[in-house]
Amino acid sequence: MYTPHTDSEREEMLKVIGVPSIESLFEDVPAEYRFPRLNLPEPLTEMEVAAQLQELASINETTRDLICFLGAGAYNHYVPAAVDAILRRGEFYTAYTPYQPEVSQGTLQAIFEYQSLIANLTGMDASNASHYDGATATAEAAVLAYHHFRGKRTRFVVSPSVNPQYRAVLRTYMNGYENLEVIGDDTNHPFATVEDLLPLVDPNTALVVVQYPDFFGRVQDLTGFAQKVHEAGALLAVVVNPLALALFKSPGEMGADIACGEGQPLGIPLSYGGPYLGIFATKKDYVRKMAGRLVGETTDKEGRRGYVLTLTAREQHIRREKATSNICTNQGLMALAATVYMSLLGKTGLRQVAELCYHKAHYTAQQINQIPGFEVDLKAPFFHEFVVKCPDSVEEINEYLLDNGILGGYDLGNDYPHLKNHMLLAVTEMNTREDIEILCEALKEYSHD
Amino acid sequence: MNVPPNLKYAKTDEWVKVEGNIAIIGVSDYAQSQLSDIVYFEFKVDPGDTVTKDQSVATLESVKAAADVNAPVSGKVVELNQSLTDQFEVINSDPYGAAWMMKIEMSDAAELDALMDAAAYEAYCQERGH
Amino acid sequence: MTEPTIYELSSPGRVGVRYPQPDVPLAELPQDLVRKDLPLPELSELNVIRHFMHLSHLNYSIDSGFYPLGSCTMKYNPKINEEMARLPGFAYTHPLQPIETVQGNLALMYELQEYLKEITGFDAVTLQPAAGAQGEFTGVMIIRAYHKSRGDTKRTKILVPDSAHGTNPATSAMSGYEVVHIPSDSRGNVDIEALRTTCDDTVAGLMLTNPNTLGLFEEQVVEVNRIVHEAGGLVYGDGANLNALLGIARPADLGFDIMHINLHKTFSTPHGGGGPGSGPVAVKGAFKEFLPGPIVEVLEEGDEELPPVFGFYQPTQSIGRVKAFHGHFGMMVRAYTYISVHGADGLRKVSEYAVLNANYLLARIRGTYKVPYDRICKHEFVVEGVWDDAPGVHALDVAKRLMDYNFHPPTNYFPLIVREALMIEPTETETKQTLDRFADVMLKIAEEAHQQPELLREAPHSTPIGRLDEVKAAKELVLCCWLPEQVKN
Repeated sequence: MYTPHTDSEREEMLKVIGVPSIESLFEDVPAEYRFPRLNLPEPLTEMEVAAQLQELASINETTRDLICFLGAGAYNHYVPAAVDAILRRGEFYTAYTPYQPEVSQGTLQAIFEYQSLIANLTGMDASNASHYDGATATAEAAVLAYHHFRGKRTRFVVSPSVNPQYRAVLRTYMNGYENLEVIGDDTNHPFATVEDLLPLVDPNTALVVVQYPDFFGRVQDLTGFAQKVHEAGALLAVVVNPLALALFKSPGEMGADIACGEGQPLGIPLSYGGPYLGIFATKKDYVRKMAGRLVGETTDKEGRRGYVLTLTAREQHIRREKATSNICTNQGLMALAATVYMSLLGKTGLRQVAELCYHKAHYTAQQINQIPGFEVDLKAPFFHEFVVKCPDSVEEINEYLLDNGILGGYDLGNDYPHLKNHMLLAVTEMNTREDIEILCEALKEYSHD
Repeated sequence: MNVPPNLKYAKTDEWVKVEGNIAIIGVSDYAQSQLSDIVYFEFKVDPGDTVTKDQSVATLESVKAAADVNAPVSGKVVELNQSLTDQFEVINSDPYGAAWMMKIEMSDAAELDALMDAAAYEAYCQERGH
Repeated sequence: MTEPTIYELSSPGRVGVRYPQPDVPLAELPQDLVRKDLPLPELSELNVIRHFMHLSHLNYSIDSGFYPLGSCTMKYNPKINEEMARLPGFAYTHPLQPIETVQGNLALMYELQEYLKEITGFDAVTLQPAAGAQGEFTGVMIIRAYHKSRGDTKRTKILVPDSAHGTNPATSAMSGYEVVHIPSDSRGNVDIEALRTTCDDTVAGLMLTNPNTLGLFEEQVVEVNRIVHEAGGLVYGDGANLNALLGIARPADLGFDIMHINLHKTFSTPHGGGGPGSGPVAVKGAFKEFLPGPIVEVLEEGDEELPPVFGFYQPTQSIGRVKAFHGHFGMMVRAYTYISVHGADGLRKVSEYAVLNANYLLARIRGTYKVPYDRICKHEFVVEGVWDDAPGVHALDVAKRLMDYNFHPPTNYFPLIVREALMIEPTETETKQTLDRFADVMLKIAEEAHQQPELLREAPHSTPIGRLDEVKAAKELVLCCWLPEQVKN
């Protein structure tokens, strides 16, 4: 309970206001609905709530209790202690949106640095201050493309190897516009290459969306593809895993117009799915069309360098019904987490983590491919996730793995009709060789039984 | 405040210069001073588009506000002053000259009668205060 | 006092965190795809800690001072919430884990859904939306789906009061609706006659904030909602101002059909410098099946020995997902903790004292500041930051001068229907002493405005940096530490 008033203070205040009681401040609330009795549990003291929540939390099994090989859009990475040390500074987490720049330079400069890091990582010209997550960032790419062509181009071509949840969110957002078609993601052909999308890219196409690495973990050079998309006059959005970009060519280098994606791998805990971090960066032609907040550099009267929210006239509080997006918050504290993480790891560290993920995943894939009944396509290049064809249902195998203290991969049959019995497995720097061997032993035993 | 006498003016602060069947449009000195420093300008139509009177054809932004440029007359867009997309400052410095925005081939010249002349527009601006 | 950027602090070869060498044989890298250069800074761990510590010192925050930002509800962010969200049992769970391994998470989400239903009076809740604006989008899309399901395609308009927050019309527009503004009357309520005239069978719904952005309770809210219902429309409640209604009135009782709740306002989850928030949406039973899924439900009832088994269900006419996974679980833990320490009586006390504090502050500065809609307010109020006899001084200058007295300014220039608006929301966690100090300073600044206006116009004088050139920022558009060629247009 955090209201500090004493009884005598309350009485003094009521006198100054000129009313007899607190209840009299609510006379304009209809009498028949006033002061309802809420049926909530009795309040707990801090000590009691801590015990209750500790108990709830301990019911769970976590990626610290189990050996985790689950990815599919959220990844088990190590977060260095220094990240949370900064995030727990009250000056950062109890601050508001930096609308008064003179007392918010901490937040503003941190976001400016975040924008810089993301622009560099993605090879783009500018990044915004973040969207809610990878799914909504992808949807915002479609909104940008829609407005770029002023609604004259109504086709959106999406690869089936874009994260299924992202494709769903994109469709939810595009439902607000008339006469659009979102096509190309035929889940009966999950492994279609990006080139397979080209016949659909016509003069009415506003945007093509592909993922890199794709939902199945594969990476390929998109440079030639980007050229073809541009020849049709459409924009190209590439959904990225930012950690992969420490190792592989950036979307900017390959010709993407928009890079969007999920920043959770950059120092943000799994936290059962949120809060995460939506990355959004574009080439300079689209900077002014970006939704979301932007921090720009400037000076004050004395010539001191400082930072402000800029191009705010685009935003909902000024444009109102003419704004292209209604977004108000960004993911401020998560962007700070990513900034601290990237600052700590830097050029060398980020590459090192990406390489660890790569090598461990490839070792795991090779080992599993040798287990009777299990098959992995080792030909196509991939980052840290790969598809395992299994001898049985993924559900059964995962149950078996769970009994052995292992959190197995994602059941692709959930989203792709022809991929029942296919598991998406992720390996990160958190998986030791021993972990990998335990997994392979368990799978070997499973295939014997 | 500058209100050239040979132009017509809309209530939403656009000016029109008539050359035969073509209406050349822009925003008035009053408009640019209300917005103050313009930081962004964008066309919302392309050459060849048909526009109706009062339709929003461009967007202006300053640091604190955004405003639409509304077509004072209906017709077909025949030319855009593309240089404004990069050189938007000229809207503040030369709203009636270099900052002409587009040329519209009028479909109904009678619509011009609904616009104000310079004297009426000047009075209208005084009323609103500046 | 300028803190260098991480790029300026960088030194080639520095490493902040070391990782182990690979313990597996190295696989071949596809050389044609490998990145040739990675232009990121290189700092040591101490560099990084010091840099962000320096930056933190440049920030104002609730932990350091009073933050009367109207409509943001800058109440104290309890530290126990931070501890609970970080419990390893919560923080290390993956969103796609089998449900039998995360029954603790699901129990918490289910209970939170139930608490929010009880507090607001609605029948079903989704915890998925990431923020208030996303909650609004969800709500308006539900309205759209509802009318579509009835085969009613005539309804193309959403009504929005002229005092509404910008997200309301923006959300309506991005959902495909035409926005029609309804004026406010002289008491600050929605103009009932204007509403009556506008409400017909082309109206899909009304978006209403109650208390409204003037901090005033809609005196005819039941009638307003009835009028919309009679015309066949739905009423969407913007829950930004729920801090005035906990245990005071339930929005569902007042006639709202759908509303979003801001966990980062009413339920104390921290603002984080601009996010993350969390915007659950609550609906009446008729709209339950339109909610985005999955929603937590009880799969098997428990008994004296066993707890219930929780799982997910997918609403049958869902508008679709609005974000990946389940929503901002980390914020749910915080809100759940907050509600648990308050209980029903505690929550009512929150609203009572939020409203007491606002009215007290209003009583103290009324007279010196013009109050355009002067009646008992709820948790916030709006004054004009301008005086006819103090020319050249604007609300912005009052705001900037407050910073010299170590206060964060109130919300500026909103709502639009008040000229030179200053919207003040003290919240319930502030003491009478803090309010008195703030009121004293507001009165002093009013005096300065008349006698030494240049103190205001050039303020702030004592902050780490002075007023910044926003025109330069927008024109030059430097958005990165390394300026890419030709970003400036």
